[in-house]
Amino acid sequence: MPEPVKNQPVAGWGRYPVHECREYRPEKRRSIGDILGERAQPNYIARGLGRSYGDTAINEGGGVISCLRLDRMLGFDEATGVLHCEAGVSFSTIIDVFLPRGYFIPVTPGTKLISIGGAIANDVHGKNHHRDGSFGHSLIEFELQLPSGEIINCSREQNAEIFWATVGGIGLTGIILTAKFRLRKVPSGFVTVDYLKTKDLDGVLSAIHESDATYQYSMAWVDCLASGRSLGRSVLMRGNHVGPGGLPAAKRSDPFNMGGRFSPTLPFDFPQFALNPLSIRAFNVVFYALSPGGQGVITDCDRYFFPLDSIHHWNRMYGKRGFVQYQVTVPTAEVQAIVEILQAVAKSGKASFLAVLKKFGQGNEGLLSHPIEGFTLTLDFAVNDRLAPFLRELDKTVLKHNGRLYLAKDAVMTPETFRAMYPRWEEYKALRQRIDPDNLLSSSLSRRVGLTP
Amino acid sequence: MSARGVVVIGATSAIARAVAQQFAAGGCAVIVAARDQDENEAIAADLRVRYGVEGHAFAWDAEAFDTHGAFVARCIETLGDRLEGVVLCSGYMAEQKAAQGDWSLARRMIDVNYSASVSVLERFAAHFEVRRSGFLCVVSSVAGDRGRQSNYLYGSTKAALSIWCEGLRNRLYPAGVHVVTVKPGFVDTKMTWGTVPFAASPEAAAKAILKAIDKKKNVVYVPWFWRYIMLIIRHVPEWQFKKMKM
Ligand SMILES: Cc1cc2nc3c(=O)[nH]c(=O)nc-3n(C[C@H](O)[C@H](O)[C@H](O)COP(=O)(O)OP(=O)(O)OC[C@H]3O[C@@H](n4cnc5c(N)ncnc54)[C@H](O)[C@@H]3O)c2cc1C
Ligand SMILES: NC(=O)c1ccc[n+]([C@@H]2O[C@H](COP(=O)([O-])OP(=O)(O)OC[C@H]3O[C@@H](n4cnc5c(N)ncnc54)[C@H](OP(=O)(O)O)[C@@H]3O)[C@@H](O)[C@H]2O)c1
Repeated sequence: MPEPVKNQPVAGWGRYPVHECREYRPEKRRSIGDILGERAQPNYIARGLGRSYGDTAINEGGGVISCLRLDRMLGFDEATGVLHCEAGVSFSTIIDVFLPRGYFIPVTPGTKLISIGGAIANDVHGKNHHRDGSFGHSLIEFELQLPSGEIINCSREQNAEIFWATVGGIGLTGIILTAKFRLRKVPSGFVTVDYLKTKDLDGVLSAIHESDATYQYSMAWVDCLASGRSLGRSVLMRGNHVGPGGLPAAKRSDPFNMGGRFSPTLPFDFPQFALNPLSIRAFNVVFYALSPGGQGVITDCDRYFFPLDSIHHWNRMYGKRGFVQYQVTVPTAEVQAIVEILQAVAKSGKASFLAVLKKFGQGNEGLLSHPIEGFTLTLDFAVNDRLAPFLRELDKTVLKHNGRLYLAKDAVMTPETFRAMYPRWEEYKALRQRIDPDNLLSSSLSRRVGLTP
Repeated sequence: MSARGVVVIGATSAIARAVAQQFAAGGCAVIVAARDQDENEAIAADLRVRYGVEGHAFAWDAEAFDTHGAFVARCIETLGDRLEGVVLCSGYMAEQKAAQGDWSLARRMIDVNYSASVSVLERFAAHFEVRRSGFLCVVSSVAGDRGRQSNYLYGSTKAALSIWCEGLRNRLYPAGVHVVTVKPGFVDTKMTWGTVPFAASPEAAAKAILKAIDKKKNVVYVPWFWRYIMLIIRHVPEWQFKKMKM
């Protein structure tokens, strides 16, 4: 019996680009090998919850293997806090199951709607990267099904080379079946947040420099339409987990209960005209003005870590043509790049609803893992005909400052840019040649940046 | 230790897995039964880790009829008085065209969908009847409501199963044992992936199933609107129906 397949258009979270794919959704572990072995498609790429913005989890004209039905939790060790589960388990489920027991995920991105497979393949980072590194840091080992069908264990000790090619390896080394990683003990489901509004970029940079060491979590929202003397004015949001003693009396007896949350759905695509420099400027002004100032604001983990998750399909806000997220990281010494990019954005009038700035700590050995020590800035742009040339110009700025773009977000970078930004691409490609000589794994992104033919 | 327990048969079905999870979330001990024991073990482990309940994985092959007696005895022994009921989700659908020309496929549908269900559930029924409590929840199909050229071999096995449920319900009523017939329309599982235009999630289907058990419903359509779709389909006169392409 051939494995059931569904032909359909698939996109990333930015809904650009959209490609026709043949999607598989195995419900059994064994089916992954069957699908790869069948070779009914020219090539395959694994997919989790599709929260990457661009084209890393889509495969034009080829197979997409959704891992979402392989989502069994297999074991939990109370003594060490190590969870063993399949790659399709979502962060959201882990939080539902383990926060009431006093555990949180050590590294979470700005959405909890991601899978373990996606967390590994993009080596995701969170607001605590300066302290705790990326997801790879808490990852102990995983099982990987190679394109040959063989299943191997990868850890820092066993198959270390493949381990570090897979952490941040955008799904091209094999299909991750299961993983073991540490959860973090937390004293409650709440974070105490200190807000700081700064007048300009220098203000936020020096505040980050001075205070990051005392906060586990830190990131800034930047008003990217502010220009001139206000360029880079920001709201810095820093937080630490808080124990029951720090909670209001009503919450102390049930410190892991975050309470319900109102979650509306964005029912349709915003029309193009709804998103214009004016409306976005208004949004930014209002956001800046209304951001709660103050110290020690008690916020539940959902609201603090995943503010956007409360609006289902918020990606429709950018209209039918979708949007591109542009996340750039530059070494600490090259912070001037952030100034230049913000200037270019302010000047272009290309609006970004939210721009986020954060300081990264050290990177890891992942061959294509994104984070490097420095500053990371994230911008959103609605797709239109003038976007690509504008981004090409920004790319030049990034390259000039030895920066790099995050593949989880990217949808437009060229092969030349990719190679310049990820100098270890050659090692990666050589290893891939060894484990995937027939290029059975390939994605729209890997072809676009020249990693696969 | 959980005070309540259920058996979910055909556990590798996504519907069954969601049913098992929802019972476990309510604090029930669960025995999951499937022929694919590796998968079954993972499903049971998941119940234990997520919900902290007792989760047992018992091997069960629908077509190995002579093992059914021992299987049922083991379930009863393991859960004892905690055993509240059984949900049967096992089923097999071969492609109609293929099954028309291949008796082994048609026969397998009869065996898995009808014979095995009767074989295993009659034994649980006997136990519940004596004990004078319990429920049997049987996942049949809307396909059993009318024979259509595109799916009548599968459909007729489900029709037989639905009729059997009716009789059993009638028999067990005085003993206070309840029988629920579940007729899913399209549910998003490996059985329907890529072949149907829309489908309910297995979680939603499971929720409706647990509710039907709780409310002692007799026959439920899942999702509910299939009741009306099937009402219309059932009422097309046969002289006209036979000319239709369905
Ligand atoms: C609102 C929002 C906020 C975000 N914030 C952050 C952030 O703060 N930090 C950050 O790092 N990222 C962030 N992201 C991006 C997101 O965390 C990553 O793109 C993540 O990888 C998505 O996981 P996913 O399960 O959706 O994977 P997908 O997007 O489906 O896939 C991502 C990659 O993982 C691979 N993959 C998936 N499953 C497997 C598997 N089983 N085996 C092998 N490869 C696999 C795919 O091939 C693909 O290359 C954000 C995204 C959104 C929508
Ligand atoms: N999905 C729908 O739209 C739909 C609609 C109407 C009715 N149904 C019914 O709903 C039930 C669940 O189906 P599903 O959609 O979840 O599809 P499914 O995944 O194919 O589920 C069928 C289940 O039956 C098991 N099974 C088949 N042959 C078996 C055998 N010989 N011995 C033991 N177990 C056997 C399967 O085990 P394996 O995994 O080992 O094959 C699987 O667990 C079935 O009864 C089906 O007929 C489904």
